[in-house]
Amino acid sequence: MAAERSLAASAGSEARAGADSSIEIREVRQTFGEVVALERIDLSVAQHRRVGIVGPSGCGKSTLLSNVAGLLEPDAGTISVGGATAPRDRLARCALMPQKDLLLPWRTALDNACLALENRGLSRAEARRRARPFFERFGLAAFEERMPAQLSGGMRQRVAFLRTLMAEKDVLLLDEPFAALDSITRAGMQEWLLGALEQEPKTVLLVTHDVDEALLVGHRVVVFSARPGRIVRTLETDLPRGLPRREIVTSPEFAALKEQALEALES
Amino acid sequence: MTAERTRRAVADYGPSAALVVLAVVIWEALVRALDVPHWLWPAPSLVAATLRDDGGLLASQMWVTLREVIFGFAIALAAGLGIGIALHISSTLRRALYPLLIASQSVPTVVLAPVLVILMGYNIGPKLAIIGLFCFFPIVVNSVDGLATVDREYVRMMLTLDASRWAIFRRVEFPASLPLIFSGTRIAATYAAIGAVFGEWAGSDAGLGYEILQAKGRLDTPRVFAAVLIVTLMAIALFLLVALVERLTIPWARGGGAIE
Repeated sequence: MAAERSLAASAGSEARAGADSSIEIREVRQTFGEVVALERIDLSVAQHRRVGIVGPSGCGKSTLLSNVAGLLEPDAGTISVGGATAPRDRLARCALMPQKDLLLPWRTALDNACLALENRGLSRAEARRRARPFFERFGLAAFEERMPAQLSGGMRQRVAFLRTLMAEKDVLLLDEPFAALDSITRAGMQEWLLGALEQEPKTVLLVTHDVDEALLVGHRVVVFSARPGRIVRTLETDLPRGLPRREIVTSPEFAALKEQALEALES
Repeated sequence: MTAERTRRAVADYGPSAALVVLAVVIWEALVRALDVPHWLWPAPSLVAATLRDDGGLLASQMWVTLREVIFGFAIALAAGLGIGIALHISSTLRRALYPLLIASQSVPTVVLAPVLVILMGYNIGPKLAIIGLFCFFPIVVNSVDGLATVDREYVRMMLTLDASRWAIFRRVEFPASLPLIFSGTRIAATYAAIGAVFGEWAGSDAGLGYEILQAKGRLDTPRVFAAVLIVTLMAIALFLLVALVERLTIPWARGGGAIE
């Protein structure tokens, strides 16, 4: 048991120490039968940079995340995550957070957050001991022992995010993480996500159909075309960081970028 | 709180209890009014008197049958779950066995019973086998269905959290399928007592099924009714026990908390 634990611990620190968490996507093509979902996708994301991906529904954004995570091999092209190209190795480096929180209803909030640690062989007690301190930071203090059904939508999403972070991966793939929330809760969650990523930088691919969200979170925003999904526009956001969300989204720079993104979406 | 619970219980079970009472009253009145002979159709009061007067004998026969029911049901549960999980894990096994399992349900167990007695003898063996055959099927089918219908998104989520096949099974697939497994088990619970009676009819020297045959031969119909009543109560008790275990094991599944 002790050997297992130290093994898991060293595997975790190795993943953290592995300096390179860049993503390289080259000429990726993905089809489902007759349908071409993705066509010639080229995208590089440097270590700890964040890229927002926006596009119309069904343009293959989510498919690209599955490709990157190694859950689905593309028909053509190569994907490398931190230098790893084999699907299994990519899966080991990526954490994927889907639109639905997918909390297990029979586990408390804390036990849901512990899933990755338990999967790596830690005892439940040890996993709980490690995950517990994060609840305070995530604004979830005193909700550790609640069942998911007793949590609000925003809280559930934060528990899901914490569960994803506890996997200690350097690459975060966020698939419309806040789409299920109302706009006020979503704005709060975006601000909170930025704060969390400032504290603990990650390489991020964020898929969304909320242009504001992509501009706000991403250092760069790529716009996908309708099916087959292709990158039609790349915008470097270069927005001032650390300002309140309200000031950023009402600034003229933000408005100009949003204009360009919307124009690319409509073309 | 207690008053509220009492009120809820009355609201939930009151109507069916009232219906049973009404049926018993009508039955008693009809038997008396038409002067039906007790060996043809005994009045409820006579059945109650039989239960009181022959209580000792019926109780000893009941323990025999109860033992068969409990062990037979336990075997069916273990076999049903085991086979269900095995079929889930191995798709080869599922393709090979699943059609045969369904076909096995068209073999009339009642006809099989005497053969089992010849094979296994006049002991508890054939009874356990028959109860097992009666009960394992709904458990297998619901286990296989429950495990197969777990949302793939949860499995993908677990894969990105470094889960092994075994971790996915025990942390997601098995708990997620428990509501369906329990509904199969509840159905099985109602079959167990009937299975025991069939088993005893095929060959035995004790038990409520044996007592029913003996009493029928003597035209002691009140005792037949009394034994049937005990068998019925046994089935209801086992059903309620499973329902109770379900409530305690998967409280999250009530109120639509289950994952689809």
